[in-house]
Amino acid sequence: MSTTPLLEVDDLAISYRTNDRDQRVVHGVSFKVMPGEVVALVGESGSGKTTTAQAVLGLLAGNGKVDGGVIRLNGTDISRWSQKRLDGIRGAVVSLIPQDPGSSLNPVRTIGSQLAEVMQIHKRGDRRTIQKRVIELLERVGLTPAEMRAQQYPHELSGGMRQRVLIAIAVALNPALIVADEPTSALDVTVQRRILDLIDELRRENGTAVLLVTHDLGVAADRADRLVVLQGGRIQEQGAVKEVLAAPSSAYTRRLLSDAPSLGKPRPVRILTDNQDFAIDVEGLSHDFPLTGGEAKTFRALDGVSFKVRRGSTHAIVGESGSGKTTAVRSVVGFLKPTAGRILVDGVDLTTLKGEPLRRFRKHIQLVYQNPYGSLDPRQTIARIVEEPLLNFEPIPAADRARKVRDMLNRVGLSESFLDRPPRALSGGQRQRVAIARALVLDPRVLVLDEAVSALDVTVQAQILALLDELQKTLGLTYLFVSHDLAVVRQISDTVSVMHKGRQVDGGPIETVFGRPDSAYTRELIDAIPGRSMPAAAALASEPALHARLTP
Amino acid sequence: MVHYLLGRFGQALAVLALTFTAAFLLLQVLPGDAIMIKFMAPEMALTPEQIADIRAAYGADLPLWERYLSTVGQFLTGNFGYSIQAGVPVSKLLLTNLPSTLLLASLGFTAALILTILLAAASNMTGMGWLRAGLQALPSLFISVPVFWLGIMLIQIFSFQLGLVSVISPGPVEKLVLPVMTLAIPISAPLAQILMRNIDQVLTQPFVAVARAKGASRSWVLWRHVARNALLPTLTIAGVLFGELLAGAVVTEAVFGLSGLGGLTYQAVGNHDTAVLQAIVVISALAFVTINLIVDLLYPVLDPRLGSKVGATA
Repeated sequence: MSTTPLLEVDDLAISYRTNDRDQRVVHGVSFKVMPGEVVALVGESGSGKTTTAQAVLGLLAGNGKVDGGVIRLNGTDISRWSQKRLDGIRGAVVSLIPQDPGSSLNPVRTIGSQLAEVMQIHKRGDRRTIQKRVIELLERVGLTPAEMRAQQYPHELSGGMRQRVLIAIAVALNPALIVADEPTSALDVTVQRRILDLIDELRRENGTAVLLVTHDLGVAADRADRLVVLQGGRIQEQGAVKEVLAAPSSAYTRRLLSDAPSLGKPRPVRILTDNQDFAIDVEGLSHDFPLTGGEAKTFRALDGVSFKVRRGSTHAIVGESGSGKTTAVRSVVGFLKPTAGRILVDGVDLTTLKGEPLRRFRKHIQLVYQNPYGSLDPRQTIARIVEEPLLNFEPIPAADRARKVRDMLNRVGLSESFLDRPPRALSGGQRQRVAIARALVLDPRVLVLDEAVSALDVTVQAQILALLDELQKTLGLTYLFVSHDLAVVRQISDTVSVMHKGRQVDGGPIETVFGRPDSAYTRELIDAIPGRSMPAAAALASEPALHARLTP
Repeated sequence: MVHYLLGRFGQALAVLALTFTAAFLLLQVLPGDAIMIKFMAPEMALTPEQIADIRAAYGADLPLWERYLSTVGQFLTGNFGYSIQAGVPVSKLLLTNLPSTLLLASLGFTAALILTILLAAASNMTGMGWLRAGLQALPSLFISVPVFWLGIMLIQIFSFQLGLVSVISPGPVEKLVLPVMTLAIPISAPLAQILMRNIDQVLTQPFVAVARAKGASRSWVLWRHVARNALLPTLTIAGVLFGELLAGAVVTEAVFGLSGLGGLTYQAVGNHDTAVLQAIVVISALAFVTINLIVDLLYPVLDPRLGSKVGATA
């Protein structure tokens, strides 16, 4: 390994201009990437990790600018280069693997032409050579038959396949550095593993360095040589992965580690076996969707799914996209009429209800959605949002309603000062608390949490999970917890159903399913969870002195 | 795909049939008709019996449904009936008036498209903020200008002040310059607004960042990635605006004293010349439907997502 760093960021400061005011988001960040090295920039949303990565590529958003510091690539400061000059190195010396494969390819051009483009821009060979290289690259990233794939449009490929195309684009000219900005955050866990393996393989082959931007400590721990931990635009600490994880020097890193849902930290097993009181009893649930365009063809989204949930316990439905978990949940909440099967909620068969009785029954089973930004009406105040469900059922005097709303907000840990605020004045975690308050204001017996913590940062996620746990204990709630994240599921649930292609491939108490999974699919799912190289976070969390210091 | 094509053609035909019927009914319920207006004039000095004979000759005394069916039959065989006022077949009137209007409309439309693309491209290529702001403000100005006023202003400026375009016996090309501009400017305005907004929106898409990360320059990205994506919604509006183009052509012809469909319509309305009006309505509808059919058929060509319904699995 040579001694000059490939990339050297020194005292970098970046600000965004909004409403004629400069807002500094990166404060004096310094780090190095040696040739062939993988350095992970880790942090939560707003930590400045993506902004820093964008600055390395010279691709800050229109209102962003580098205020100070230098970005040296092979010893040359490129931070003051013109866009025109940067065009010469982008794609050739530094390339990008973007976050969202869904929207990172031009929908109206074939993937072959988008892959060829990077070579055309940098004038690497004539049409025939480029075409040959396109096929080679597609084969290399595992998209076969390559000739056919080259002619396809992005919408004809799955998320994982699109990310492979984007990786092929990034490695096409054999750059010295690849900036991978959350390259797998939008992908399922098994796909994530394959994609990260592919990036690993390719960079080893070519000796490429990678600047890996991620919010996932597990991914960083598994894949990086060195870690740079960012918070609020400042570096909290950096060093070799093993050292940082084994002995984090900053309090922030310690908190990140303890909040990260890891496989080492299951929830204490609760004795529920003698409890035969089931809040939810689903049997033989199947659902067919008609296929458009065809004759009487249908697609079986759910195939004979059965599970029971004891009152006061948490049952998780786990699966990747397309597994049928959303269909299952929509049926349990009564939004979809299943093709076959029976759904007993508190002994009432939901499938026999319709119209007004079904509407009344929804009072007992409430839903908290994934996206805390989209699920709250931006034009209503928090008080109004939490109050609204009450208006749909028996009339309650206004004073009682107001009291109920205040009680509920207190219960979810929000003060009364939030009552008159609009949702936009709240953070993601606070919004999710409001969504939970809104669901609980009707005193439901069952709460369905549809990826309710997936969009949150780990520390906020840990707080919401703790809140849910406490609410369950005090109110005796039954949770149906839908998630793609096995680590979170292990942390919160008592029983679990693992879904795959519409079928339940595994089911039962959490420790049985995770410890001795029946199906190969569940094993693959568990193996794919990133963070194997992380030290048992449980040890950190159980350290009382440390914990006291971290909890504000 | 065949399904899509058949559906679109069916829709187009249905729109034409409905327009024809609606126009027919509306023209029939209007009080008075061309025969009355022409032959009851005192100077004709015709007896009521003679007028009744004339009405019978034109088929005007038949019940409504019979007239409707015979008109449908005539239109289907390409016979648009007789103009009572001019005393010649409607098809002859159209033959003399339609080509000039068609030329004006298509030149106006083309000019509007060119103007739109020039505006959008210029505002996106310029590095100067003030120029960009200025160019982006132009469409709102254009959109608020009425056609007749614009025509008069253009004549004032280019003919009388600058003397660039002759008003008296201009050449065949010279004659068309100002009318085409008059027609193009108000149509280019909403188009340019939509195109600019779409370009701005497409520029925020992650695939644009990916293209920039490949080393593509700003103009490379604009032409090879943004243009096609931003054109799609603009195309829909262009089809809809075609209706405005026809209406604009009528006013423009009046302002510039050009002969064409505009003058013909004006006269036919004044004289209740239903046969002529019916033909003009059907021809306008045909043009409108055709343009929108072309737009619909262009969609799958421009956006492959609309061409196939095959999703990806695995």
